Amino acid sequence: MELTVRVTKSFGEFRLGADFTASGSRIGIFGESGSGKSTLVNMVAGLERPDAGEILLDGEPLFSADRRVNVAPERRRVALVFQHPHLFPHLSVRANLLYGWKRCTAANRRIGLDDIAPVLKISHLLDRGVNNLSGGEKQRVALGRALLSNPRLLLMDEPLSALDDALRFQIIPYLRGACEAFAIPYLFISHSLVEMRLMTDRVVVFDRGRQADDTSPDDLARNRMGGSPVGYINLLRLSDPREQDGLTSYDWGGNRLLLTARAEAAESLFELSSKDMILFKKHPEAISARNLLCCTVTGTFDAGRKVGVELACGAERLVAEVADAAARELELAAGSEVYAAVKASAFRRLG
Amino acid sequence: MPILTPADIDAIRLSAKVAVAATLVSLPFGIAVAYVMSYLSFRGKTVMEVLLNLPLTLPPVVIGYLLLLLLGKKGWLGSMLDAAGIRIIFTWYAAVIASVVVGFPLLVRSIRIAMESIDGRLIQASRTLGARWFDTLATVILPLSLRGIVAGSSLMFGRSLGEFGATIIIAGNIPGVTQTMPLAIYDYASSPGGEQAALTLCLVSAGLSLVVLFLHEYLGNRMGRRD
Repeated sequence: MELTVRVTKSFGEFRLGADFTASGSRIGIFGESGSGKSTLVNMVAGLERPDAGEILLDGEPLFSADRRVNVAPERRRVALVFQHPHLFPHLSVRANLLYGWKRCTAANRRIGLDDIAPVLKISHLLDRGVNNLSGGEKQRVALGRALLSNPRLLLMDEPLSALDDALRFQIIPYLRGACEAFAIPYLFISHSLVEMRLMTDRVVVFDRGRQADDTSPDDLARNRMGGSPVGYINLLRLSDPREQDGLTSYDWGGNRLLLTARAEAAESLFELSSKDMILFKKHPEAISARNLLCCTVTGTFDAGRKVGVELACGAERLVAEVADAAARELELAAGSEVYAAVKASAFRRLG
Repeated sequence: MPILTPADIDAIRLSAKVAVAATLVSLPFGIAVAYVMSYLSFRGKTVMEVLLNLPLTLPPVVIGYLLLLLLGKKGWLGSMLDAAGIRIIFTWYAAVIASVVVGFPLLVRSIRIAMESIDGRLIQASRTLGARWFDTLATVILPLSLRGIVAGSSLMFGRSLGEFGATIIIAGNIPGVTQTMPLAIYDYASSPGGEQAALTLCLVSAGLSLVVLFLHEYLGNRMGRRD
């Protein structure tokens, strides 16, 4: 999928100017609220008209001021998943799911109800009304409804921000997995860096109506480490939990990590801030932190008054941060060996 | 137990006929106007808004008189209809027209409130899922404003049952032809010895109004509960 957006739109004081070409199947639009992300989404979907410019999807103009083209939203084959599910309250789950499918020409019906229901685990809900579903079920039905319209592009406008943390990370595998399973490219809009990193390969950054950057989600996280109060968030997928010495031991790419978090599933996603790691040049004799990882420094990068340190621990990667002076004292450079100490309580479960 | 005369029964039947006809005729226009006022923006919307609501505040007699000027033999529309051999004034059609004009703002208002309370995102969702505007109207907007449509229709029906001022001017008060219930009551009340008959018809009228209002509440609650 290749999406070209070169548009301007102003209302009141606000002026949105976007100019990017994104190709790939997992693209993120990142920005604080009020940065113009939702306006951009509405323009791509055809719900708002840009003042000038053009929007091309795989070379075909959806909007072009010069060529006087403005394809109606129902003919763009661009589906939307909103922040809230916005299911049709007068229809059953099944009728909601099939709403777009019925309006899709037979030639384009690649995905059917029988394909999608098991993937989203909603088969048992089909004959129910939508008003008594749980938040996560509703959002899964909304995703299914959008996918069943067999779109060329799926727009997800902050689809997780109305859900609580636990639910959010339960939904992410569905969002990503379903789109991958049916090869539907998406544009994922969010102000959460962690969501960006879990959902996208490439990120267009918006700031006050202007496009500020076009980068990878990981580079974005590194760039923002200096100014971020939470540091760089390492995302760790831990598996094979076992009880050990009053803690829980998890497997992480061949290493074993000790966590205070109890086992809830065979595999879980945890976050670990770059701030919660202490680096040692030599093996410390005895420390209170329960995890001591022998790592190789693969690189360093500047982050304001701190230095970001990229570490390789076996096949896995971590980013830690230290003060400038500490980096000099430890003589951190690519290739040097350090020990990273992490407290068992520093890991936070995401889902 | 007071007995209804055949003329009274004619009046009741005519009232019902006029109210049903007025409501059915108005419904498509009411839905169209409510849709236009809820979803489209255009120049002169405020003027249209005022004109729509004018019959609510104008005395019905004034409305009747204006309609008479419009539809009378020498009126702008009336003369054209007359040339085509159609007569409206002093027929039951005139009673229907009077009811339509007086009740229309109530109908539009109810439907409009319902339409405006529909989440705009549902309409956008429907469009991005491939529905054209009339498809969205039929499958999302109308089902979700059904309550307002039923409420507006019952208000309009009730208002038509009670329409008096405009009707007496353009339809007259011809027993068996244009004499609806309120006109019959007016006749009884203004003739000596008619008190008992007037009271009887008043009771019938009140009963009908109550039935309409109860039905209105019942349907409203039933639709509110459904999920």
